[in-house]
Amino acid sequence: MRILLDKFSKSFGSTKVIEDMNLEVASGEMLALLGPSGCGKSTTLFAVCGIHRPTSGRILFGDRDVTNLPSQERNVGVVFQSYALYPHMTVEENIGFPLMVKRAAAPDIKKQVAAIAALVHIDNLLDRRPSQLSGGQQQRVALARALIRRPDVLLLDEPLANLDAKLRLEMRSEIRRLQRETGITAILVTHDQVEAMSMCDRIAIMKSGEIVQIATPSAMYNDPRTSFVAGFLGNPPISFIKGTAFQGAFVSGDGHLKVPLAALSGISDDTPLTLGVRPEHFGTGGDIAVEGRIVFAETQGRENLYDVALPDGSVLRSIQPVRNDIKPGDQVRWMLGSDAAFIFAENGQRL
Amino acid sequence: MAEKPQPSANFSSLPVILLLTLFSLPLVLMYAYLFIDTISETPVGSLIPNEFTLRHWSFLWQTKTGKPNIWLVTLNTFIFASCITAVILTVASMAGYVLSRLNVPARGFFLAGVMVLHAFPSVTLIIAIFIVLQYIGLYNSLIGVILVKAAIDLPLGIWLMKGFYDTVPWEIEMAGIVDGASRFTVWRRLVLPQIKPAVMALGLFSFLTGWSEFILPQVLAPGAQVQVLSVYLASLIIDDNNFDFGTFKAVGVFYVVPVLILYVFFQKHLMNIYGGGTKG
Repeated sequence: MRILLDKFSKSFGSTKVIEDMNLEVASGEMLALLGPSGCGKSTTLFAVCGIHRPTSGRILFGDRDVTNLPSQERNVGVVFQSYALYPHMTVEENIGFPLMVKRAAAPDIKKQVAAIAALVHIDNLLDRRPSQLSGGQQQRVALARALIRRPDVLLLDEPLANLDAKLRLEMRSEIRRLQRETGITAILVTHDQVEAMSMCDRIAIMKSGEIVQIATPSAMYNDPRTSFVAGFLGNPPISFIKGTAFQGAFVSGDGHLKVPLAALSGISDDTPLTLGVRPEHFGTGGDIAVEGRIVFAETQGRENLYDVALPDGSVLRSIQPVRNDIKPGDQVRWMLGSDAAFIFAENGQRL
Repeated sequence: MAEKPQPSANFSSLPVILLLTLFSLPLVLMYAYLFIDTISETPVGSLIPNEFTLRHWSFLWQTKTGKPNIWLVTLNTFIFASCITAVILTVASMAGYVLSRLNVPARGFFLAGVMVLHAFPSVTLIIAIFIVLQYIGLYNSLIGVILVKAAIDLPLGIWLMKGFYDTVPWEIEMAGIVDGASRFTVWRRLVLPQIKPAVMALGLFSFLTGWSEFILPQVLAPGAQVQVLSVYLASLIIDDNNFDFGTFKAVGVFYVVPVLILYVFFQKHLMNIYGGGTKG
C-alpha cells in the first residue's frame, strides 16, 4: 500500500524536528530513510506508525487518511531497534500477540503463527523465551510478530544495529527476501549507508529534518545532489579538496592541482569550490596526473586503501587491487578521472 | 544466584566476627529468653529456669475472662493485613503506572503530593480521622481502620510502583500499541508482568506492615469483636495490678511466628523492593 506524507511537520515543544516534509513510498516498495543521528528519521517513522501525532500535515495509507488514527487502527507492523519482544511470553505467544488482541480463535492463531514462523525460519524455537534466543533469532521473532497481522506497512527502525557483523549480513538479505515475498510496503530507518544501499529500492537521505535527495541507490551514488549526500554514501568515503574556479577549471588551494570541468563553464573565477573524488576514481586510470605522498596504507584483503597527501595538505583516497610496491612515505604520481569527479559550490550544492 | 564465599585475602575476618558476636549477643539472648520464658517457670532473681510448663500458652485453648478469643483476634489481624495488601496493590499498581507513563494533567503536582503525603507523620492525623470515622459510622469497624491504614501506606506504594514502571522499556509499550492492543491491555498483559517481582515485594511489605500495625487499630478499632493481635497484646499489660509476663511473651511469640515464616519464604522478594527495581 502506498504511503504518502503530505507537508508533514513535527515539533516537540518549541523544537522543530521536521518541517513540511513530502514523501511518497510506492506500493510494494522498500524505502530507506538514511541520515545521521538526530536528523528526524525515527521521528518520521514513529509518525507513520502513529506513536507520534504530526504537528501538521497529512499521512495517507493508500487513499485513506490516517493522520488522526491511533496506532491500533493503522495496521502497521514495526520492528524496533531493541526488538521489544515481550520477555515474559514464549516466542509463540509473542508472535501471536497481535492476533490474540484481535480475539482470534486459538487454533487459528496457532496455525498462523506456525506459518509465519516457518517463513522466518524459527519454527523450532516456538517454546523458548526471548532471553533464550540469540540476537538474530530475536530479530526474526520481531519480524514475524510485525508481519503476522498482514500489515499494510512494515516499518523497520534500525533493525540491524544490535547484531554482530556476520549476522547483519545474513539478516540484510533475509529482511529483503521477506519484504519481496510478502510484497509489503516497507520503510527502513538506518544510519548505515551500506544497509540502505543493499536493502532498499530507493533511498531518502535526510539532514536536519529535511529530505536532501530521493533516488535509487546507484543513481544517488553516481549523481549526488549535494556534498552531504556524496560524503554519506560510499565506503571508503569520498575525499574532498577545497579550491577555486579559474577559467572553467577547478584549481586547488596552492595551484598544484588543476582539473578542467565542463560543469564550470560560466562560473566566474575565484568562486570557492569543493572537488569530490571517490577512491575508485583516483589511482592507475584517469586523465589528470596528481603528485603526492602516501601517508597511510590500509590492507583490506582484496584491495588496498591509500591516503595520498597533496602538497597543499589535502588528502585524496585511492582504492586499488592489492599491490606490494608502495609503502607509506613514497612519492607517487597517480591519475585522477576528471569525468567521474563531482564539483560542489560553497553551499554544498553540486554544479 | 549461588555465590561461593571467597576468603578475603586483604583483611582478617576474625576480629570482625568477634566484634559482631559481642554486639549481637544481648539481642540473641533476649530473643532466646522471649521463647524460653513462655515454656518455663523461673524463680525470681534467677536466669536459669527450673520448671517446664505450658501454662503460658493456655490462651490458645482457653479464652481469658474479659478478653476476646485469640483465634477471632488472629482472624481479624489476617483480614486486616490481607485487605490492606489488596487495596494497596490494586491502587498502587494502577496509580504508579499513570504517574510513570500517562501524560495526565497536573502529573507533577500529583508526584510531589504523593511524596509529601509519604513524608507526613500519620499520627498527627489520628484525632481528625477518629472524628471522621465516628461521624460516618465506621468507628470500631475493620473496614474503617483498613481504609485508613491503606490510605496512609498508599503513597509509599505508589511511589515504589512508579519507580519500577520507570524501568520498563518504552519500546515494549510501543510494540504493544502498534500490535493493536489498547492502553489497558498493554498495561495488564505486557507491562504489569514485567514488574511482577515488585508487585510481589510490595504485597509482602504491605502485609507485614498491616500485621504489625498497632496505633491505628488501637485508637480506631479497639472493640473486642474487631481487635487485632497487636491491640490484644497491649491489653495484656495494660492492667497494672494483674499482668502476666509469661502469657504476654507467649502471645508475642505467637504474633511474630507468621512474620518469621513469611520472611523465610519470601526474603528474596522483599530484598527486591530496596534493590531499585532491577530484574528479579
